[in-house]
Amino acid sequence: MVRMAAQSTFGRWLVCGLLLAGTIVFSRSANGTPPQTSSTEELLTLPGEIGKQGGRLVVSLRAEPKTLNPLTAADAPSREVILGAMQADLIHINRATQLTEPALAKSWNVSSDGLQYTLILRKGLRFSDGQPVDADDVLFTFRVYLDENVHATQRDQFIVGGKPITVRKVDAQTVVFQLAKTYGAGERLFDGLAVLPRHLLEKPYNDGKLGQTWTLATPANEWAGLGPFRLKEYVAGQKLVLERNPYYWKQDAKGNRLPYLDELVFLFVPNADAQVLRFQSGETDLISRLSAENFSVLSRQQSGYTMSDAGPGLEYNFLFFNVNKPEEKTSPDLARKIKWFREVKFRQAISAAIDREAIVRLVYQGRGAALWGPVTPGNHRWGNSGISHTARSLEKARALLKEVGFAWTTGPDGEQSLVDSDAKPVEFSILTSSTNADRTKMATLIQDDLKQLGVRVQIVPMEFRSLIDRVTQTREYEACVLGLVSFDADPTAEMNVWLSSGGTHLWNPSQAHPATAWEAEIDKLMEQQLDAQSYAQRKKSFDRVQEILAENQPMIFLASPDILVGAKKSVGNFHPTVLEPYVLWNVEQLYFRNTSGNGRP
Amino acid sequence: MIQLSGWKRWLLAIVVLHGIVACAGFFAPYDPTEQDREHPYLPPMRIHLVDTQGHFHFRPFFYAEQLRVGSFDQFEEHSQQAIPLRFFVTGARYDLLGLLPFRTHLFGAEASRVYLLGSDAYGRDQLSRILYGGQISLLAGMLGAGLTLLIGVLIGATAGYLGGWRDGLLMRVAELFMALPWLYLLFALRAFLPLSVSPVQAFFLIILVIGAVGWARPARLVRGVVLSARERDFVRAARGFGATDSYLLRRHILPETSSVILTQAAILVPQFVLAEMTLSFLGLGVPEPVPSWGSLLASLQQYSVLVSYWWMYLPALAIVPFFLGYLGLASALQQDAGTEKIVRTAGGSRW
Repeated sequence: MVRMAAQSTFGRWLVCGLLLAGTIVFSRSANGTPPQTSSTEELLTLPGEIGKQGGRLVVSLRAEPKTLNPLTAADAPSREVILGAMQADLIHINRATQLTEPALAKSWNVSSDGLQYTLILRKGLRFSDGQPVDADDVLFTFRVYLDENVHATQRDQFIVGGKPITVRKVDAQTVVFQLAKTYGAGERLFDGLAVLPRHLLEKPYNDGKLGQTWTLATPANEWAGLGPFRLKEYVAGQKLVLERNPYYWKQDAKGNRLPYLDELVFLFVPNADAQVLRFQSGETDLISRLSAENFSVLSRQQSGYTMSDAGPGLEYNFLFFNVNKPEEKTSPDLARKIKWFREVKFRQAISAAIDREAIVRLVYQGRGAALWGPVTPGNHRWGNSGISHTARSLEKARALLKEVGFAWTTGPDGEQSLVDSDAKPVEFSILTSSTNADRTKMATLIQDDLKQLGVRVQIVPMEFRSLIDRVTQTREYEACVLGLVSFDADPTAEMNVWLSSGGTHLWNPSQAHPATAWEAEIDKLMEQQLDAQSYAQRKKSFDRVQEILAENQPMIFLASPDILVGAKKSVGNFHPTVLEPYVLWNVEQLYFRNTSGNGRP
Repeated sequence: MIQLSGWKRWLLAIVVLHGIVACAGFFAPYDPTEQDREHPYLPPMRIHLVDTQGHFHFRPFFYAEQLRVGSFDQFEEHSQQAIPLRFFVTGARYDLLGLLPFRTHLFGAEASRVYLLGSDAYGRDQLSRILYGGQISLLAGMLGAGLTLLIGVLIGATAGYLGGWRDGLLMRVAELFMALPWLYLLFALRAFLPLSVSPVQAFFLIILVIGAVGWARPARLVRGVVLSARERDFVRAARGFGATDSYLLRRHILPETSSVILTQAAILVPQFVLAEMTLSFLGLGVPEPVPSWGSLLASLQQYSVLVSYWWMYLPALAIVPFFLGYLGLASALQQDAGTEKIVRTAGGSRW
């Protein structure tokens, strides 16, 4: 559920180049007339501006999606396209309110012991090819998600308390889910789970070929979903064209069936600067994930588009040190440094010496928030307001270092340098991802901050994958600046970051036993918040986790960037959020104000 | 007034330019790594002689700049606060020519920093960074060219003097090296070397890398000259008198190659400065915060910098006088060598 925020563009150029060589086109002519709203259908009515039918919305996508199969989709572009526009889930997390709301299930209730979820499906639901949906499709969906041979990327999500969730059909509209153990995040479990059409996928599933179905080359009539748009055409290396799903199950306040748009086009534009140029020239209608620099370029030459700062998102950037237990193969030099890094007061001193406000100002041009914990201001419900936001203080840093035996020597050129208790100078290197300019900039600022403390820092930009390999596998590094983004604001989404056994427990990943007492306590608290049923109880546990993190500083939290987006002035219902997908979360309600069927002159 | 002949004039120009860069500490007002976090991307300051009331001042001055409220990179001049420019001020400590500790800078100001060529993303003085960056880039170019010429002369002289199969082998290897796409070779070579290196190590790695790829052309030229010089009458005569190989090479043959080597040096230095810049531009050169001309230009890879901050292009302009100087010197040397040869062939009747 958590993803490292990497911006690697190298490989993608290559992929696009190769695919351009052979362009494959699949298309489908429009199906007959769309059905009228009938009384047997229970459509979900959305509040908001009433829009106009028609138009074609063009957005750019960072990379070509690898698949259209929700089961195997692991890359961000695939998930953005599939879950954002092509598929629907039973219960949905509203990206604006960050709360759950009915989706394909019109209502649900939870048994008093918290183990049984009864979901009632909407009546009259149809897949985008016109076939009706019933409880058997939901049962089939869970069967394939949980089947180990399918290798569904979200399989772990449906294993609660070590056992897979069991599903039972009551009648054609009612399904009961049985959990082995209580689950704190509750019905958020169902978000992002695409309900699959049994009539199309049962045969490949029985043949054991489900993993290979629904690639990008799939003909449009062999594909069906419950999202606002359905597959129309895929041009390799260029674009993915989706068309309006005439059977979509939402309507506006006036009873018009959504979505408003006729077509949604994803252009594959692998480079952030190229995306800006396309948006500037009017080729695309929306833009998201803008860097602060590009945002100010676009704001300055504003003409015909609205630029919007949605506030800090969920991405948090941090500095962390290698505190893995030195092994025999660890070089003596690194082992000596790990000894400093394992000292809590050393980490606290580094934290006190970092100027977070300067990071926000110089890296994000003020469009971001300084952080003292992993919960960003963009997360409305889970932040611990008790965590103190201590300002930069070199005096405090010096006092902390002095307490644990560090001292200063004055060199021949009058410069002070920090030395440890063996009189060895304190210097270390910070790894950053070479494709992420923001984090390299942060490291450059930290380098200067720590120079004033007499600590020499080197910055080592490294290709993202070899960086992750060093941090989680070989563990041959000294310090590293990274960022994490989760898809959901709920702490359950970040279990593998905070649990000491987690693979994303970056400072010391995949431990068999918690290495420190406070890591053991975090493990216990995270399990507690998972079991607790009330928000207040869960919040209390997670608040304590945040306190422990702030005290022990395994990650020195730095800053969170604002979600910066833009849209053409003619796009209606444009309400960006800080959760992914930032601008397309309400794609069914987006419309063009002034057009006669096409979004461009 | 002393009249300087063609190439000497060019040499003087180059020496002056290098002198400025070598004494960067004196000409640069600030330490190139010092950040001024209140002034990121400050445009070059205007130096005034006439104030807003129209009064003329003998001492040039500038106005303090402050951020426009609510903006990140828009500054405005604070016309109440005129700050005079001072000369020979005491400031950050530096080592003149890497040896003598000094504190005197050509110019500076009290109360506020002066940015003649603007500042970068961290508020570091662009002028200081260009001057200090030149030290890295030019030294890398010169040492790289020196290394290349050394290898080139050794291999070229060996091949030309020994002749036979050894000549054939060495020249085929040289041709192989010339056929290689050297920019990609640079990437490959750099990729093999460790990523985590200190600025000093990185600097010498670059020199080694660029020195190792360029030797083929000078080697071929030197070989040609050695080959023809070996058969000259005076060389044959010396050999007849019993001169040893090393004496012949030292005394008679290698001096013949001097004009070729000098011309090559003048061509190779700017070429290798450019090679260093290419590597640094792509992030394979000296790491932050040490400046080099290539890494100064690297920020232009971002579209937003490209369209917003024109003064970030200035490092590209800085190399122009240096390249002109070197190429002028090269062509003057070649002309000189050419006329010399004509004089010699016309005077000495060989046939």
